[in-house]
Amino acid sequence: MTFDTEYFNIGYLDTLSYNDTFVHRLDPRVKISVSFIFILFVVSFPKYELSALMPFFIYPVFLLTAGNIPLRAIAKKILFVSPFAILIGIFNPLLDTNVMLTPFGVPVTGGWISFLSIIFKYVLTISTALLLIAVTSFPGICEALERLKLPRVFVIQLLFLYRYLFVLLKEALRMIRAREARSFGKRGKEIKTFIRLISVLLLRTLEKAERIYQAMLSRGFRGEIRVFKRHNLRIHDILFAVCSITAFYIFRNFNVVGLIGETLSRSFR
Amino acid sequence: MSHHIVELKDIYFSYPDSTEALNGLSFRIVHGESVGIAGANGAGKTTLLLNLNGHLLPSKGEISIGEIPLSKKTRQEIRKKVGFVFQRPDDQLFMPTVYEDVAFGPVNLGLTQEKVDEHVRNALEMVGCLHLSNRPPHRLSEGQKRSVAIATVMAMNPDILVMDEPASNLDPKSRRQLIDLLKGFKHTKIIASHDLDLILDVCERCIIIKDGRVVADGPSEDILLNELLLEENNLELPLSRQRSHLFLHG
Repeated sequence: MTFDTEYFNIGYLDTLSYNDTFVHRLDPRVKISVSFIFILFVVSFPKYELSALMPFFIYPVFLLTAGNIPLRAIAKKILFVSPFAILIGIFNPLLDTNVMLTPFGVPVTGGWISFLSIIFKYVLTISTALLLIAVTSFPGICEALERLKLPRVFVIQLLFLYRYLFVLLKEALRMIRAREARSFGKRGKEIKTFIRLISVLLLRTLEKAERIYQAMLSRGFRGEIRVFKRHNLRIHDILFAVCSITAFYIFRNFNVVGLIGETLSRSFR
Repeated sequence: MSHHIVELKDIYFSYPDSTEALNGLSFRIVHGESVGIAGANGAGKTTLLLNLNGHLLPSKGEISIGEIPLSKKTRQEIRKKVGFVFQRPDDQLFMPTVYEDVAFGPVNLGLTQEKVDEHVRNALEMVGCLHLSNRPPHRLSEGQKRSVAIATVMAMNPDILVMDEPASNLDPKSRRQLIDLLKGFKHTKIIASHDLDLILDVCERCIIIKDGRVVADGPSEDILLNELLLEENNLELPLSRQRSHLFLHG
């Protein structure tokens, strides 16, 4: 059943985030800031850039290997959202027909280059975002956001969203199983029952929200939740940040791939 | 001692949809007593409990807890005395980790960080869940969730413990552990449950309610062995007494 597998998939990223590796132990504030800067660098490239983007793959690959994250888990999710990125760039080859390169005599138009560039940027940014979640527990991210001075209300909303995502999904899972058990073939799976299911789910959610609020009140809730601090900035956090940002800066301002190519061809001459 | 008396005088409560849940209910529970509350589904057990710490306010009648009359103004104060363990632990556990959840109450009571830590550790130790401190609640088993939910309340050092169906969804061993745990608490306890064996084990007194009224109030041993009374209230003899009963008459 697809819903079941989806449910466990969502839980999977969460499970990964409780691993204990060097990147998992880094201060989440550092990971968020570095990843954010990484994304800024990547999207700042002009639309025909391909080779200069290549070195940036080091960062997601580093998170993946150092964080001990299975490639399949991330690759599947990247593929899953890829239609959006493909749709954005798909018409470029038709609109932009200037021949820009002719490697081995094959003419390549600007459209194809900018299309590929979009795909590269997409893979880089999405994989980084996914890996950030996989190597930082969600509460860790929330803690970091709070300490990076994001409004507290917003952070608390995120925490609750995450906590009850699983409860809500389980609830939905139970309802869907119950429907499966009593519907045969196509009957019982019409959109009409689906709408009912969703509305019942909404009502249940509202009731649950009320009970949670009561539980909070009975433990003295007065509108404020203290987000716990688990991390302190240590020397290797700063080292990590400095090294990565320097690397991004070099990758952005010097065409590393071009330089390597030049040195290689010069030494072979 | 007289300071943790729970007294209800002629309580009425009806929901906005005009369902009358409580119809002139009165009782008085003294310090250190454990009282079981039983009754058919829809008899008003949960409504009664929600009235005890001001989540719902009675439309008529007077509730006083530790000699403070319950009202909109005093309910904050009363919630510090009354620890409420909800029926579904998922409603009770809302913080990202077990530790933070147990700390939620003490932090709101304004305790210092060291005190909070001490309370949290003691409470988790008490229910045998200290090793779960860093786990997120959605990764616990139902029994663990229940124990942690009890710890969240114990961490606030309440005088009165109110529990709604504490043993539902527990496997027999977890249920037994819960019963032993409850027996160990010296607090005033008010436990609503269909698990009459649990009431018989933990509570010396039992109140049966029906249609929002008290229909029987007395020692559990008497009330829970009164077959006629139980039958009238959709209840049955506690399982532990059914065998001896058969044995005596058979």
